[in-house]
Amino acid sequence: MSFLSLIAFIPLLGALLLLFVPKEKVNTARLIALVFSLFSLFLTLSIFCHFDRQNPGMQFVEKFSWIPQFGISYHVGIDGLSYPLILLTALLSVLSIIGSFQIENRVKEYFFWFLLLETGMVGVFISLDFFLFYIFWEVMLVPMYFLIGIWGGPKKEYAAIKFFLYTLFGSVFILIGILALYFRSTPHTFDILQLIQNNRQFIGKFQFIVFLLLFVGFAIKVPIFPFHTWLPLAHVEAPTAVSVILAGVLLKMGTYGLMRISFPMFPEAALWFSIPLLILAFINIIYGALVAMAQTDMKKMVAYSSINHMGYALLGMAAFTLTGFNGALLQMINHGIITGSLFLLVGVIYDRAHTREINAFGGLGAKLPIYTGIMTVASMASLGLPALAGFISEFLCFLGAYSANSQHKIFYSLSTFKFFTALSVIGILVTTAFFLKMIQKVFLGPFNEKWSDLKDMTFRELVSVVPLTALTILIGIWPHWLISLMDSTMSSLVNFINGVK
Amino acid sequence: MIEHSYLIVLLPLLSALTIFFFGRSLPLKGAVLGICTLGITLIHSLGIFSILLQNPSYITEISIPWFRFGIHQTEFGFLIDGLSALMLVVVTSVSFLVHVYSLGYMKDDPRFKRYYAYLSFFTFAMLLLVVANNFLQMFIGWELVGLASYLLIGFWFEKTSASNAGRKAFITTKVGDIGFFLGILSLFSLLGTLNFAQVQGRIEEGLISANTAGIIALLLFCGAMGKSAQVPLHVWLPDAMEGPTPVSALIHAATMVAAGVYMVARSYFLFQHGPFSLEIIAWVGMLTAFLAATMALVATDIKRVLAFSTVSQLGYMILSMGVGGRAEGMFHLTTHAFFKALLFLGAGSVIHATHTNNIEEMGGLSKKMKLTFIAFTSAWLAISGIWPFAGFFSKDGILEATLNSNNSFLFWCATFVAFLTAFYMTRLYLLVFITEPRDKEIYNHAHESPKSMTIPLLVLALLSLVAGFLLEHSVPLLLSSQVLPPNVHASSAHTYPHWLVPAISSAAALLGIFLSYLIYWLKAVSAEKIASTFSWPYRLLLKKYNFDEFYIYCIIKPADWLAQKLALFDYHIFDQLGVDGIGFLTVKLSQIHDWFDQNIIDNLVDIWGKLSLLGSSILRKFQTGLVQNYILFILFGFGLLMVWQLKINFIELLR
Repeated sequence: MSFLSLIAFIPLLGALLLLFVPKEKVNTARLIALVFSLFSLFLTLSIFCHFDRQNPGMQFVEKFSWIPQFGISYHVGIDGLSYPLILLTALLSVLSIIGSFQIENRVKEYFFWFLLLETGMVGVFISLDFFLFYIFWEVMLVPMYFLIGIWGGPKKEYAAIKFFLYTLFGSVFILIGILALYFRSTPHTFDILQLIQNNRQFIGKFQFIVFLLLFVGFAIKVPIFPFHTWLPLAHVEAPTAVSVILAGVLLKMGTYGLMRISFPMFPEAALWFSIPLLILAFINIIYGALVAMAQTDMKKMVAYSSINHMGYALLGMAAFTLTGFNGALLQMINHGIITGSLFLLVGVIYDRAHTREINAFGGLGAKLPIYTGIMTVASMASLGLPALAGFISEFLCFLGAYSANSQHKIFYSLSTFKFFTALSVIGILVTTAFFLKMIQKVFLGPFNEKWSDLKDMTFRELVSVVPLTALTILIGIWPHWLISLMDSTMSSLVNFINGVK
Repeated sequence: MIEHSYLIVLLPLLSALTIFFFGRSLPLKGAVLGICTLGITLIHSLGIFSILLQNPSYITEISIPWFRFGIHQTEFGFLIDGLSALMLVVVTSVSFLVHVYSLGYMKDDPRFKRYYAYLSFFTFAMLLLVVANNFLQMFIGWELVGLASYLLIGFWFEKTSASNAGRKAFITTKVGDIGFFLGILSLFSLLGTLNFAQVQGRIEEGLISANTAGIIALLLFCGAMGKSAQVPLHVWLPDAMEGPTPVSALIHAATMVAAGVYMVARSYFLFQHGPFSLEIIAWVGMLTAFLAATMALVATDIKRVLAFSTVSQLGYMILSMGVGGRAEGMFHLTTHAFFKALLFLGAGSVIHATHTNNIEEMGGLSKKMKLTFIAFTSAWLAISGIWPFAGFFSKDGILEATLNSNNSFLFWCATFVAFLTAFYMTRLYLLVFITEPRDKEIYNHAHESPKSMTIPLLVLALLSLVAGFLLEHSVPLLLSSQVLPPNVHASSAHTYPHWLVPAISSAAALLGIFLSYLIYWLKAVSAEKIASTFSWPYRLLLKKYNFDEFYIYCIIKPADWLAQKLALFDYHIFDQLGVDGIGFLTVKLSQIHDWFDQNIIDNLVDIWGKLSLLGSSILRKFQTGLVQNYILFILFGFGLLMVWQLKINFIELLR
């Protein structure tokens, strides 16, 4: 049974079905979106039992020849790297769809684009053929453009165009890279796995140039400093559920691309790039955290904290150790869950108060106890409190970077990796500072009477957030089920990359 | 019993969750459940303690795998040895008494249920830390007690000062925790394990050098500096007194703040492997003990005096660790937990009665609150170090250890701190209970607290009296179970008589009490006069050595400034100038293209058109439609052809 294609295309089917729904029937549109995304999630979960955790290679592979003249095939499959991300995508899609039920404006279109977006996202994670990969990669962009541009905040058009152009700019580099690989490989092929297996034919300057081309494309998605400025704008202007998807899934495309394509395809260039990557990760961590600290808009703060958190994932990757890779992938998942719930929660208060200004609130803890509790858990997870998800992945990322094999020394005998890792830990401190500031200004202190008719979370809002909170705690206490999914794939990936040394 | 030690950790967690979610429908909003749970864990801990007392080498370690990554394995474990058994008893007993005490103290609080849930949660986290068999689990418990502390300091979060204090505590301890975290990373990356026994084993095999071990030990110690409020990370503890007083007693006096000392004791082998780290922590401890004791001299808030005293005593324990007195430090931790909890709970009882924290508004309360007075007296004598109260024995142990380390400067400093301690505690005692009431209204309204509060006080009073000579020999016995390399310092033989240290410490204590008595009871010397004579040092002490100001101006403000500037930089330079600038340039470039296209390229096209128009307009002139003209043209053409033909002929002719 072709599970993966179903997971990817069921949302598309829903989207097509939506076209036949009269636009007044908003509840039908919502229901269709929910049912189709739920079905996709259900299929993703049903893989969970059948997924072979010992097998580092591709599973559930489907491969058909598509355009044989150009060596293009429909080739999909999952391994320990992509499966957790697909789980995350399917879950966040369902929750975001529930979270967007309060949207009243052009409902049918909204869900049409949303389902199309889901197909694009899942498609990127399952594609094993560059041609297919690139199609899905671009398919993601279009719905995102409309979702931000139509349902966004005050500066939505500007944000949508900026997001679209910036990401497209990155895509172009990826396209050049893909074509370069196609023409260099013999026989000409777009098959990612084949290209990785035959990566010895990419040598010398070619390897480095293509690595950098792809890196720029992926770096924009992550985003890696200094390609990050589309992120705060897009996140702030996007409607809540789209911010969730943007932060939760789209940012992971970049790191996923690095791990799936760049690193194994150009191991030599990747290892050479390890120190620059470390320094970029360090900048992402510290810079993101410091800029987040200066924000007074809650959504913007969470947006910048994403830069900081993706920095941890990069730090884990930079070391090319198994621990770091496990940590990086886990950090991607955790960031999706935690930041996703933070965005949903910020949306909850914005829907009521129509402001996200930290200083506008005060003392809400007494008035909205449930909201306060869930928000506190999410913030604590984001600042890396043990027993919550963020800690495990940050610990692994730091540990991975700290125990890197690199012999590079920054001073007399001080390892560069140890030095920058130790400095990066300060990021945790800054994160703590601004999350606590936010909690204090919004929830603690004397109650601001202006908000005396604010209501606590509704049942629908709870349904969209609580699963994420529960997962945050579950992963924090018992991360084994998740790590065991990725461990063997990560292990073979790291060995493969380091093997050429 | 020991096999089921996990219950000690698990039960408070379950109780916390039950109270948090279902407390409303439980008797007394869950308080009963909390108290009963703690009662059971206390009995359980006492059982374990007695087993360990009979057989100190009976070490039990149970662990379950937690998660694997690659070849590494983390675990959750329960390590029961003398050290953790002692700590278990300390934590559960104080926690139990505080649970009971809070019944009365928090009776009318609207968030009573949540209070008990937090209290139970704290106990769980603390016990998790205590029984941990590896550094990672210890760190987890360590951070969770920090969370509980944050929640409880800011329990009355409507007060801005309370929420500020909570945040300050969390961040300050987090600064230290960064060191702890790096220490853990170093250990794991060097040794591949975090299990205490395995780490110790690998270090004894000499896998890491003495220098490395010392540095790692100091990194770990950074965590202890945060939690145990050592200079310069002590600033959060006095502010933490914004929380409810029973919380101050449990968390910020007896148990959590002692976690740092416990951690040093637990990882002592690391410190011993790199002995320079011991020397450093001894000095840090000494400095802390001294500075905090001097700050306590001038404080007027009853809880702040006690907070400074806590910091000072924690410094004492760290000093003891530093000079090789591991058992003495743990002994002092134990006795201190009892008498300091008693002091705080007594202070709580006083505050409950007077509704003020200011000792200058109190006075003469001994007549109104007899039971509290009796209990407080016991604590006062204990902390001052008067025989036969508990503090005498433990403080004496530390002084002896300091003297044994052959560092007489540290010894005399420690003695001086003992003197200061006796002085400021007597000041507090006199001002609150003995001297004439200074505020009649407060005095008249004062009343003894309910039984749920006084009974825990009396139990602790008894413990403060007997814990010293009961535990004097059993603590070293319990701690002997962890096999440690012989201590360099301890090996030096006694060169002085046995009565010397007790005599000196008693003399210091009595002198302190006497001096305080002179000033605050006999008024032989006026306190105000001393303050005005030494106004500069006095103000320095009042300002707490300006540590807070230093942090605000040297760290917090610059960090905020940097953050603001970076945010502006990010927005203006990166986004507007960089990205939008490129966008702007692109637009400009396309406008130039547009102009070029319109004016050059398109004109080129147009020129062709115009040229052909021009040409055709000229040619059109010839199409007149008149046969005569055409014939004329033909003639012209014919003529031209003739000329051309002839020209060729001419050339041929000329040849």
